[in-house]
Amino acid sequence: MILSCKDIYKSFGGIKAIDGCSFTVAEKKITGIIGPNGSGKTTMFNVISKLIKPDSGTIEFKGQDVTGLKDYELAKMGVSRTFQDVKLFQNLTIREHLQIAMSDTDEKLLSNIFRGKEGDAQKIKEVMELVGLDKPLDTYGNDLSYGQRKLLDLAIAIAKPHTLLMLDEPVAGVNPRLRDSIKDILRELNSRGESILLIEHDMNFVMDLVDHIFVMDAGKVIAEGAPEEIQNNPCVLEAYLGGSEEGTKCL
Amino acid sequence: MIISAYQTHIFILIFIYIILAVSLNLALGYTGLLNLGHVAFYGIGAYTSALLAIEGMPYLAAMIIAGLFASVFGYLLVTATDRLKGDYLAMATLGFSFVVYSLLLNLREITRGAMGIPGIPKPSILGLTVRTNDQYLIFVLLICAISVFIMYRIVKSPFGKLLEANRDNAVCLRVLGKNTFGLKYKAMMISAFFAGISGSLYAHYITFIDPTSFYISELILILTIVIVGGLASIKGSIVATAVIIYVPEILRTLDLPSSVLGPVRQALYAAILIAILMLRPRGIFGKVDLE
Repeated sequence: MILSCKDIYKSFGGIKAIDGCSFTVAEKKITGIIGPNGSGKTTMFNVISKLIKPDSGTIEFKGQDVTGLKDYELAKMGVSRTFQDVKLFQNLTIREHLQIAMSDTDEKLLSNIFRGKEGDAQKIKEVMELVGLDKPLDTYGNDLSYGQRKLLDLAIAIAKPHTLLMLDEPVAGVNPRLRDSIKDILRELNSRGESILLIEHDMNFVMDLVDHIFVMDAGKVIAEGAPEEIQNNPCVLEAYLGGSEEGTKCL
Repeated sequence: MIISAYQTHIFILIFIYIILAVSLNLALGYTGLLNLGHVAFYGIGAYTSALLAIEGMPYLAAMIIAGLFASVFGYLLVTATDRLKGDYLAMATLGFSFVVYSLLLNLREITRGAMGIPGIPKPSILGLTVRTNDQYLIFVLLICAISVFIMYRIVKSPFGKLLEANRDNAVCLRVLGKNTFGLKYKAMMISAFFAGISGSLYAHYITFIDPTSFYISELILILTIVIVGGLASIKGSIVATAVIIYVPEILRTLDLPSSVLGPVRQALYAAILIAILMLRPRGIFGKVDLE
């Protein structure tokens, strides 16, 4: 187990976004979180990566309680993530994005003043080839198409030293060819021993890719299991379609 | 010297303002900190250096302590405003400028208030006193070159790229494991340090300072330079300083009465700023948009 979330609660005003959510993520597996819009998936991602402070609950990463850590401290420990809406540095080039992601010494001012741009050219090349982003490294983030921005976002998350990769809707808004390409990239990463946690609405993508699924609704986990178990779970059908008598018992 | 005494005076001011403008650009253009407290750092540097030199401290030590003292205030300002950004940060830092101006005016036992500090000694380094304006021009050119070179190296280094990344998207930078507060306070301290150095150069050149030299009108002038030159462009700040400081001097050849000259000068600044914003919204050499 690489990540464990226990009894996480988070409210915004009177709205309970996360309502006692608990789950664990297995090491070297691909774990998916699915659920209808507004079920709290992205909020949970933000809580895990410390961008939002939970009202209560504990989070353990690699066996250590990280509940009180700051976002950048957890990231330094090895959590790497992407966002649903792609977040790039619009005035930096592809190379500069990847150099920032890879470097762990660039925050030191004095030792950096007389150093040029750092970065392992070979590693940058490998990451670019892995994600299949065929653009000159001097291209600015602003000059990329949506699909290319998605790939660069993924490349940054991969390039950053990590032990857990968290992807928020990695194939949202991308064409079927790119979606298949991203699926292959994630399979390749998993075959190298990477632990991946992802949120996704594309059911074909999720069911085909992940080892284990957690289904969220109304801020809590209502079902979990292997993809084939989840597909016929009445709780899941209730969450997505509503109206099932058996399903109403889930909430 | 091959240039007139008046031109020497203008060039000295240009080099002092280059340090001031480039250091503001480091915080504003490169790091994305909408800092309107820069003129306060300039004033803190000027007063610190002047008071220490009058007490007999060697000039170089007084200048460096002035820069360090200003950078301490830079740290305090970032700490106090860490949760603010955009317009809110601008208002808070503008308030800081007013507070420092008010302190310079009212701490009469230290600053002599509105009467100002006269008789600030000319710099003396290793027994050599910079007596004439020609000598001062060479001295200020040297300090300006060193300051701009250091700031250039900073913005071109991996650390400088982090500053730009912080300006573009601080959240993304934090999830990459970078301490954005640490970046902001380092950037602000460097920016304030060089503003303090330029304040010191100004005080020891003019040899008299009072709080009006560090008021809001001065801030508007520095901001105009940075915006006209372009955010995140050291070259832009240098060119714009020369243009903004030198061009209004041409007005003197028009033989206008002194009561008209001041307002016309202000109108010219406004016209240059409006023209730049309409024709080149990123400034002459700017890399990023004004937001």
